[in-house]
This record gives sequence, structure tokens and C-alpha cells, in this order.
Amino acid sequence: MNAIIAVSVLAIIIMFFGVMRKKSILLPIILLGLPLAFFLDIRDWGTFVHYYNEMFIADNFGIAFNALLIFAAFLVFMFANLYYKVVQRPLEDIYALFLFALVGAMVMTSFGNLIMLFIGVETLSISLYILAGSKKFDIASNEAAMKYFLTGSVSTGFLLFGIALVYGASGSFNMMDITNYITEYSTMLPAMFFAGMLLIFIGVAFKIAAVPFHFWAPDVYAGSPTLITAFMATVGKVAAIAAFYRLASGAFANVHLHWENTLWFFAVATIVFGNLSAIYQDNLKRMFAYSGISHAGYMLLAIIALGPKSAGSLLFYGLAYVVATTTGFAVLMLIREKNGTFSVEGFKGLAKNNPIEAFAMAMAMMSLAGIPPLAGFMAKYNIFIVAAQSGYLWLVIVGVLGSMLSIYYYFKPIVAMYFSDAEPQPKIETGISYKIHIIFCTFLIIVLGFLSGVIINLI
Amino acid sequence: MPDITNNMQFIPLSYYIAFCTALFAIGVIGVLVKRNALIIFMSVELMLNSANLLLAAFSAYRNDPAGQIFVFFIMVVAAAEVAIGLALLVMIYRSTHTIDINVLNKLKW
Repeated sequence: MNAIIAVSVLAIIIMFFGVMRKKSILLPIILLGLPLAFFLDIRDWGTFVHYYNEMFIADNFGIAFNALLIFAAFLVFMFANLYYKVVQRPLEDIYALFLFALVGAMVMTSFGNLIMLFIGVETLSISLYILAGSKKFDIASNEAAMKYFLTGSVSTGFLLFGIALVYGASGSFNMMDITNYITEYSTMLPAMFFAGMLLIFIGVAFKIAAVPFHFWAPDVYAGSPTLITAFMATVGKVAAIAAFYRLASGAFANVHLHWENTLWFFAVATIVFGNLSAIYQDNLKRMFAYSGISHAGYMLLAIIALGPKSAGSLLFYGLAYVVATTTGFAVLMLIREKNGTFSVEGFKGLAKNNPIEAFAMAMAMMSLAGIPPLAGFMAKYNIFIVAAQSGYLWLVIVGVLGSMLSIYYYFKPIVAMYFSDAEPQPKIETGISYKIHIIFCTFLIIVLGFLSGVIINLI
Repeated sequence: MPDITNNMQFIPLSYYIAFCTALFAIGVIGVLVKRNALIIFMSVELMLNSANLLLAAFSAYRNDPAGQIFVFFIMVVAAAEVAIGLALLVMIYRSTHTIDINVLNKLKW
């Protein structure tokens, strides 16, 4: 709770200093404020406080995911400097919207009431609609914002209608009451309840971009400004996954039998379709979109399994995904600066000019593909173990095949960087925070693989 | 207020559910079929308002104010959403001089 207040206040402070035209201190304030919020967040560890009639539940799951979200936002802000290098105005509106989106994401991980789920989803989404269209005179950005807005508001409609139906059946928005209702009337639940539950799941599946509700993701990711895409792909996705898990484990755990087949279908379709489509992409941003889709599929495995280690393995998967994806986007941004292209071609010769960035990109791609012993491998491994322990062997087989397919497209930029001839070009100059970000993330990708047990056993 | 609740309970609940489901379906079909961005916005509003009506009906039948409170939340958020949507529409109109969403086809593989 304190962390949410801190981030909201931080956003207001940013807007205030923006009005005062203090451009140079905006980013330093954010980069100091987010660690403070992180600290305030983990200070509540193990307290299990319920706020406002269980509207907001500060349990370890929520705290851990909020910490992860703040960390992801921090990583994105570390290369904001490079992205907005040429912009003269203070950009306080953009930064404040980032922070408000983060607040929405943090509400989504720790809601105890379906009303709060709705508020969190909307706070995140409405901020992201504006951010996606923040390049006002770029038609691609306009298009991305419009597509995101239309699909997002349709998904809101599904979510709301589902909540209304569940409310009609159970008489409450509180997840604890819904669970009690399910156990009390487990043999004669009305069809209305199941329809509502399905609609809620569809609404959230739109947000995590699970197939067949993924069609917005490639266009929106490709059209939005790269920094916003990085934010969307990390904070947006992890928050939606956490919300999905909380719904599945908090409210609807006792009717697991009735939703597992639906999610089973979602997960298989997401893994297969995400990986197959990513193979054909030449634009790296679109490839990241499909990669994000397929990673949502792997994370769905842990939600379907709903075992004792599900939450922990989701947290670790989220961490590995966030670290590798932000690194990927940071290097992609550098390529865009230099060559003006997002295609794989642009990566040619990067290993000679910028060896550190090339190495970071290679590590990030290998981690996302799941090459041992990097973080991504341990994350996938643990998710598959959780799914196999709950008896979903077929899902694990689909997941393994999917991640084998993914090696092909993740290695395309690596091959372009290291094994193709290109004349040496001038080295690209990057800021200090960018360098720290790249080196720190590469370090994390390598080290996290050995710390998976610690993080998974946290929650 | 009790009068309104009584009046609402005068109509069977199943009628409300059928009506709201129909409204919701019309909204979904409108979003899928129509190509004019403004009409799509209207269809989305129809979807949200069908949920509002359903919540109000359930709330009246159960004598539980929570549903009606949630309706206010939805109205506020829907207003914010439409404000953003119209701003995006103006932005697109400036660059393309149309509100037909078929012009949004620059991004594909």
C-alpha cells in the first residue's frame, strides 16, 4: 500500500517539476523515487494486511510481484534518457503516465475484490493507450494507439459483463465471498456463474495477449514508441499474469475442473501460434510481440497447474522475462538510433562496433530461448516441473517443443551480429545509465539462473 | 429509492438477463462489423452499459448496494476511456482526414 502511495506521489511530483521546466532533474527524481518505493514495498513483507474491507490485500504474492513491477519500470526508465535524447520539452506527462500505469499494474497484483481488478486494469490500460499514441505525428503510433484502445475497451466490456454475471450468481464482488459461495453451492452452480467466469478470463486473456485474443499485440508493439513497447511488454504483461493467477487461485480455485480445459486450449494455442508466427518476423519489435505471446503461454502453464510452487515459479519467470526483454529492447533502440531500422539486418556488425551491447543482446536472446544455464532456462524448467507435477504432461511436451522452435528466431539477431560480414562503423555513444543498465542486466541474466531456488521459495 | 427497487423487482430477473445479454451481443456485433470509429465507440459503450444495467438489476434484486456503487465506478472509467478514445480519433483524423478504421492498415506482416 505504501509503495502505491509513493509511486502516485512520485508521479505528481514529476508533473510539478515539469511545470517548473526543470527538465534535467526529472529522470534523477524517478530513478531515486522508484528504489524508495521498492524499499517501502518490501518493508511490508510477511504482514498480510487487508485494506478497505479486503479491497486491497498486501500478501507476500502481491508484495513480491509489486517489487518485480517496480524493478521492471526502473529498468525501462534507465534507458529513457537515450530514447528521448533529442526531445527538448520536459516530458513530464510521459513520465507521469508511466508511473500512473505502474500504479494500475500494482493494484492488479494485489486486488481482493473484482472492483479493484477493474480499476487496476483500467488505470494501466488508459495510461498505456495515451503512451502508445504519444508520437503524435507518426501514423504508425496513431494506428497502434487506436488499435490498442479499441481492443482494450472491448476486453473491458467482456471483463465487466463477466463480473456482473458472477455478482449476480454469488452476490458479492469480494473474492473471499465468491470462494465461500462456490464451496457452499458447489453442486448446483448456475450457468450464469460459469458464463461470467469465462468472460472474466477472456477479458484478462486479452490483457496478457493469449491466443485467440492476441491479434492486437503485434501491431500495437510494432507501432508504439520503443520505450513504451518495452514498458508494455514487461510491466503490462507481468501485471496481467499476476492478476490472472490471483483470480484463478483466489476466487475460482474450487472450480478448477471447469476452467482448466479452456485455459488448456488457450495455453496450447498461445505457445504454438506465438512461436510459429514469430519465425516469420523480420521486424524485431513484432518478433518481441510474438515472443511475448508465447511467453504468456508458458506462464499460463503455471496458472493451469495451480500447484504449491506455481506462484514462485511465475515470479521467477516474470523476473527472467523482464530482465531479458528490457535488455533486448535497449539494444534494439540503439540499432534504431544508428540504422533507422528494426529489422534483423540492422544487427550486422554490432559485435565489432559495440561488443558489450552485442554480448548483452546475445545473452538476452539466449535467455529468452531457454539455453542453460541462463535465467530463462531455469524459469522454463521450473514452470514445466510445476505443470508436470500436477499431471499436465502433454502441456509440458507442447511447451518444450515450442521453446525448441523459439531457438530459431531468437538466434537470428545473434547470427547477424556475430557471423555476418559488415564494414566497421563508428561506435555508438550511449549514456552512463544505459551502460549500467546493459551490464547489470547481463549480469542478472547469467547469475539469476543459479538463484532460482531462492526466488521460487520466497512465495 | 425503495419504490425504484420495488418497480425493478416487478419485472422478472430473467428478463433483465436476456435483455442485457442481447444488448451486449449487439455491442459485440457492432464492434466486429462496423468500420466507422465513432460507431465502434458507441458499440463499446453499449457493451459497458449492458453490464451497468445488469449490475443495477442484480443489485435491486439482492437488496445489496455494492452493485450500484460499482455502476458509478464503471461510468467514471467509461467517461475517461471515451475522452481518450475521442482524442485518439481527432489525432487520426488530422493525419488521414477520415474516421474509417480501414485506413489503419500500415502495420502488418
